[in-house]
Amino acid sequence: MNPIDLNRRQMLAGSGALVVSFSLRPSVAQEQPAKLPGSLRVAPFLDSWISIDAGGNITVFTGKAELGQGLRTAVLQIAAEQLDVPFASLSLVTADTGRTANEGYTSGSHSMDDSGTAVQHAAAQMRALLLDEAGRRVGVPVENLRTESGAVIAPDGTRLGYGDLIGAGLHVQAQPTSPLKDPASYTIIGKPVPRVDIPGKLAGGAAYVQDIRLPGMKHARVVRPPSYGARMMTCDIAAIEKLPGVVKVVRDGNFLAVVADKEFQAVKAMMALSAATTWQERAGLPDQDDLANVLLKLGSQDSTILQHGTPGLAPVTLQASYSRPYQSHGSIGPSCAVAQMVDGAMTVWTHTQGVYPDRQGIAEMLRMPPAKVRLIHVEGSGCYGHNGADDAAADAALIARAMPGVPVRLQWMREQEHAWEPFGPAMLTRLKASVGAEGKITDWHFEVWSNTHSMRPGGAGSLLAAQHMENPFAVPAPKPLPLPEGGGDRNAIPIYAFPNAKVVHHFIPKMPLRVSAMRALGAYHNVFSIESFMDELASAAATDPVEFRLKHLDDPRGRDVIAKAAQAFGWQPGRKPSEDHGYGFAFARYKNLAAYCAIATEVEVDRDTGRPRLIRAVAAVDAGQVVNPDGIANQIEGAILQSMSWTLYESVTFDDTRITSIDWQTYPILRFNAVPDQIEVHIINRPGQPFLGSGETGQGPAAASIANAIAHATGKRLRNLPLTRKRIKDAIDA
Amino acid sequence: MITLTVNGRDHRLNADPDTPLLYVLREDLALNAAKFGCGLGQCGACTVIVDGKAVLSCVTPVLLLEGKKVTTLEGLGTIADPAPIQRAFIEEQAAQCGFCIAGMVMRAQALLQRNARPTDEQIRVELESHLCRCGTHMRILRAVHRAAKLMQSADASDGQESVR
Repeated sequence: MNPIDLNRRQMLAGSGALVVSFSLRPSVAQEQPAKLPGSLRVAPFLDSWISIDAGGNITVFTGKAELGQGLRTAVLQIAAEQLDVPFASLSLVTADTGRTANEGYTSGSHSMDDSGTAVQHAAAQMRALLLDEAGRRVGVPVENLRTESGAVIAPDGTRLGYGDLIGAGLHVQAQPTSPLKDPASYTIIGKPVPRVDIPGKLAGGAAYVQDIRLPGMKHARVVRPPSYGARMMTCDIAAIEKLPGVVKVVRDGNFLAVVADKEFQAVKAMMALSAATTWQERAGLPDQDDLANVLLKLGSQDSTILQHGTPGLAPVTLQASYSRPYQSHGSIGPSCAVAQMVDGAMTVWTHTQGVYPDRQGIAEMLRMPPAKVRLIHVEGSGCYGHNGADDAAADAALIARAMPGVPVRLQWMREQEHAWEPFGPAMLTRLKASVGAEGKITDWHFEVWSNTHSMRPGGAGSLLAAQHMENPFAVPAPKPLPLPEGGGDRNAIPIYAFPNAKVVHHFIPKMPLRVSAMRALGAYHNVFSIESFMDELASAAATDPVEFRLKHLDDPRGRDVIAKAAQAFGWQPGRKPSEDHGYGFAFARYKNLAAYCAIATEVEVDRDTGRPRLIRAVAAVDAGQVVNPDGIANQIEGAILQSMSWTLYESVTFDDTRITSIDWQTYPILRFNAVPDQIEVHIINRPGQPFLGSGETGQGPAAASIANAIAHATGKRLRNLPLTRKRIKDAIDA
Repeated sequence: MITLTVNGRDHRLNADPDTPLLYVLREDLALNAAKFGCGLGQCGACTVIVDGKAVLSCVTPVLLLEGKKVTTLEGLGTIADPAPIQRAFIEEQAAQCGFCIAGMVMRAQALLQRNARPTDEQIRVELESHLCRCGTHMRILRAVHRAAKLMQSADASDGQESVR
């Protein structure tokens, strides 16, 4: 049957608009209504996703945001393909509470699955309706019509432009299934279409929220407390208000900001204001050198998230414990927002990952109805999770409220981003396993201790400004993110087939440091732990690590990426690397339900200094139907390098009171001297399969592959992140 | 008042002499490319070219720039007519978020102006002071190599033009 049933469609003539309504056939309607695909579930009207005007101009809408991951280009490719229009003819509107659907956060590698799927189906259904309308007009069966370049073509060559067919609009509810094109016929999906945002970024175009300049705009800076929970004692505001260019000092409890005509005046005034303020601090931070014990002592809510067979009976072959420190998103550009209050309505331009939830938080903070607050996403520096973006938006809004009518641009300083962003949480895992007579794992036991991995807004209490106000909003109680995606327990359940297994999630509510979502959440550390331990067990079973993984993996798509990465790397069991070099391998399926990724690496370790260097990485990835292969390759290359930086170098530092990693000197990350010689990404396309997203799947496998290669090179197993030069050197010397 | 020569044009500016060049470029001249990353000279996002040399504009006060020639990314070329190095970065799709890219391009451009055929090692050493958080490094390296080739062929065709 035709997936869209138009039998009972009614054409309402006279308005100039194509207004159609249709219902399911009775036989279908009596069944359970099928779920709408992707984010059509939250916004079921086709014109929430695609609008065609009478001139044939087509605008695509997505509630997701461009974060530098290539979302714009991929969404446009999908729309162009299913609509049969030239790629370059489309316009795109991204996350904006005034214009787009509420798709929550742009996170979790969900954008293609949620928004890409919605746009794909909306476009296909719209194309079908246009075909049908054309058929009605020219009196030709739809089967004899085709679409091409934004028009329906009749057998006699008559062209009916989409704009002519659509009249003034098309407000139609989506159906659960769509007449999608045969993937074999794709000409735009699956092609490495160049990113639409890159030329502007290479020529100084206004690409970022930092580049917004509104008439009469003032510049603001905040003075943040020196540490968590610090209380302002004194502040000489009058002196600061006399400084050149200063327009206003805004104080609300422990929230302090200065506004000036020019940006550098604001910076200088901020420094003066900081010096003119005294704070009472409290020593409340834990011992950073003993994080594993700190986590164990904070207290946890424990849940067994997997138990099958009869775990705990077989003699334990190996046990090990792995840890991860707090780590920073480390955006290159500090967070920024522009806000303006006009006639009781607040507009905030922000690089938040979630315009709707951040709006809710800001509206609550300002005690305004959400309908009076509009958040518009504008790109910022890459965020890789919940960085300072939401807080900067709240800061800007709070300052702008104090200066009605005036557009206020607020930007954080480097040390504010480093000290105040919510960090990726520290984590601890403990593993034990039994290897049976056949060299296979018979029993698996995995425990993970972690804070929540999302303290995003939602409520105002997630926003620093709201926490610091005179009448503050309490930080909301942290919650574990639910499985199957999970948070601290993301990827804690092994993908491998073990006859007996138990996995326990120790959720830690107490958060001594401010934490939230960082790319891949708990999957980074859980995959690092599982895939390191798999290597340790392979060694105990005297089996090649790749073969050992395949022995325990049934999932055919997982087996394919492992085989592909191994083959492309030239992996051979027992192959001896040159001196001080090592080979590593790791694999995961992100969240056990999204993209598959296997990574083989070669690492060199300088035995005298302990310095490790990734020489080469070969990745294989299956992200379902490929939309843009170069986009996926760019994401995976980036994941490998960023994860390598986390894995080898990075930990947030603090004393008993203050965060002390506050810039790139105190929080060093990857530099060009450590960039590998070569990274290869091999993509396994799955035509017609769901989009799986590729933004986070590489983080865990990259970490474990590098750790395994270091172990191979040195004969020493390092289990505490980061795998610093000193730790490697100490292990070699031990 | 300070006179600043940016992208071939003189500007009379009313800026405090201690103002870092970056703020003048971004605010007074509305040039977007140079970025504030750290304000500490640690990341390279603010890099521009001054008299042929890569300079960190976030820590260079404008008073030091009187009479010098400042070039920003905007001074190299446009979207419609990109310079070879801009073309090279676009062709290699050498950006993710792109926040670091303008600075990378300017330092690489300065390198290629004094060394038309840098080795991979020389490019890595040159870009050592620049941070990229998205992990686009492999593409950035490829783009600089490609830029070197494009600039050489552009020079070669310029030569042919003049012969004609």
